[in-house]
Amino acid sequence: MAGATVEDHRKKERVTLPQEIRSGETTTRRAGRAGQAPARRRRQGPPGEPRNLAYLYILPAVVVFALFIGMPLVRTATFSLYEWNGLGASTWVGLDNFQQVFTDPQLRGALTHALVLIIFYSAIPVTLGLLIAATMMRARRMRGLAVFRVLIFLPQVIPMVVVGIAWRQIYQPDGPLNDLLRAVGLDGFARPWLGDYTWALPSVGLVGTWVGTGLCFVLFLAGMAKIPRELYEAARLDGSGPLREFFAITLPAVRGEFAVALTLTIIAALKTFDLVYVMTSGGPGRETTVPSFEVYQRAFQFGQVGSAAALALVLTATIFVVTVLVNRIGAGDDDTTPNPRRRLSRRAAARQEAR
Amino acid sequence: MISRTERLLNYAILVLFATVALYPVLLIVSTALSPDRIGDTGGLHFGNFADAWDQGRFGSYMGTSVTVAVLVVGMASLFSVMAGYAFGTMRFRGSEVVFYIILLGIMVPAEALVIALYFDLREVGLTNTLVAIVMPQVAQSVAFGTFWMRAYFRTSSREVVEAARLDGAGHWRTLWRVLVPMGRPAITTMLVLMFMWTWNEFLIPLVMATSEDLRTAPLGLAFFQGQYTSGTALLAAGATLVALPVVVVYLFLQRHFIRGMVEGVAK
Repeated sequence: MAGATVEDHRKKERVTLPQEIRSGETTTRRAGRAGQAPARRRRQGPPGEPRNLAYLYILPAVVVFALFIGMPLVRTATFSLYEWNGLGASTWVGLDNFQQVFTDPQLRGALTHALVLIIFYSAIPVTLGLLIAATMMRARRMRGLAVFRVLIFLPQVIPMVVVGIAWRQIYQPDGPLNDLLRAVGLDGFARPWLGDYTWALPSVGLVGTWVGTGLCFVLFLAGMAKIPRELYEAARLDGSGPLREFFAITLPAVRGEFAVALTLTIIAALKTFDLVYVMTSGGPGRETTVPSFEVYQRAFQFGQVGSAAALALVLTATIFVVTVLVNRIGAGDDDTTPNPRRRLSRRAAARQEAR
Repeated sequence: MISRTERLLNYAILVLFATVALYPVLLIVSTALSPDRIGDTGGLHFGNFADAWDQGRFGSYMGTSVTVAVLVVGMASLFSVMAGYAFGTMRFRGSEVVFYIILLGIMVPAEALVIALYFDLREVGLTNTLVAIVMPQVAQSVAFGTFWMRAYFRTSSREVVEAARLDGAGHWRTLWRVLVPMGRPAITTMLVLMFMWTWNEFLIPLVMATSEDLRTAPLGLAFFQGQYTSGTALLAAGATLVALPVVVVYLFLQRHFIRGMVEGVAK
């Protein structure tokens, strides 16, 4: 689910925000201000709330969650320890299925493809989005920017199946892409992109680039809009060029956005399924299989349920790890690293005094 | 403030960017309006949409999708508001632990759920029912929604709650008469995101729906593509129909879509 990671990140940020105070403490503070004994209020909890009532309020959510996320996850873990074709008897195989994830050439192929897709889904969009946003940063009050933002963000909301069908048409042997290549005299490059052993995977990846770049751009533009103008003025007084400005001010300031963009796009790459299903079905050969697609095929078409379950769990673990690791980048900015804002503004202040 | 050349350059970048973003969309729409059969004359063929709706059975797929979306968004938002209210405004034993488990649940991909769900639901005869398509998605949306609503209720004004209480409103009334109306922006964002995820979901209905009557719109589209590779105009018309509801909602509530994904860092 796409929004999940933003939320996760948001949570992290919230924890570090000073105004985010646990509800109990808020009560205490407010109560203290009102001249009442804080301790007494605190013990009572929020006024008038019989706290056991809370269990009734969370009951539906917890039940649905336990039945349809908690239990299936545990059951998937159980399945991963067996060899089972989905119908007959199952055999206990211990961790063999997990070992297979990293040794079976077919599964390793799928994992490698996922890594390639990360370049297209994440590395390129984040870089592009960052560069374009940085170029346009001074234009933040441009007329019509809102309309462009809506259009540029659009690929994010279109169902992936529809996206896949559109791009399949673009990549057709007699489709627009080859027409374009022929029109500019690059006939040699024209090819059936999705049927080409070398080019099929990059072609699918490019669709990910198309989907992700707008998101990254909008994220970074929003982040950069919050950077105080004076920082750049101060930097200019210090004689720094655009490149230094970018690395000393812009980049550190959008660290949080950077983490979110990375997390969202990497997870999108790891979870690619719809696109492959619609565009290539893993082909030609097995050149475009990805972990999700292998999970689906093994569990529901090849009767290798245990192996599919193990791969699904490895995928889940990878997503957890990526989320945690990448969010570290974004979370550590407040006091652990030198703050360029403070440094620069202090210098600017010094200059003003000198004047 | 910025020079004329720079402004022009910026517009050039934006126009190029927007063109690339829009091109595949326009390609599909224009294909959908092109003649479907050889010998048809030029002009715009709006009839393709009617054909896709009836012959392509997209009417039925869209109907299923609407039912699924209403059920998922309705249940998930109700449960999320309730749970978020408890986590955000009440103190009770175990609240931290339960909340963080739900938070972890947000990260679990559908791939890790569908295998067990399919075989276990088959055991009790529930595959190929609305329950199997709807409930896992309710659970996923609830995980997100609980988190989202808790964040809102935590920032909601305590004075307002206390005032409501002094007026004699109970906890239930305070929630629905005071806090929910006040939190309309946050709730709209949540609804919009849940709707988009549910409408676009592919893997869960693919695994759970084995009969054609239960195919959701994206699923019907994928199968339609598999069957009629040649019927491009009809396929494009179907694709346009499938994307239309989300795109329309997006155009009206784009702030909420973008905010839902961006606001997390904008704070």
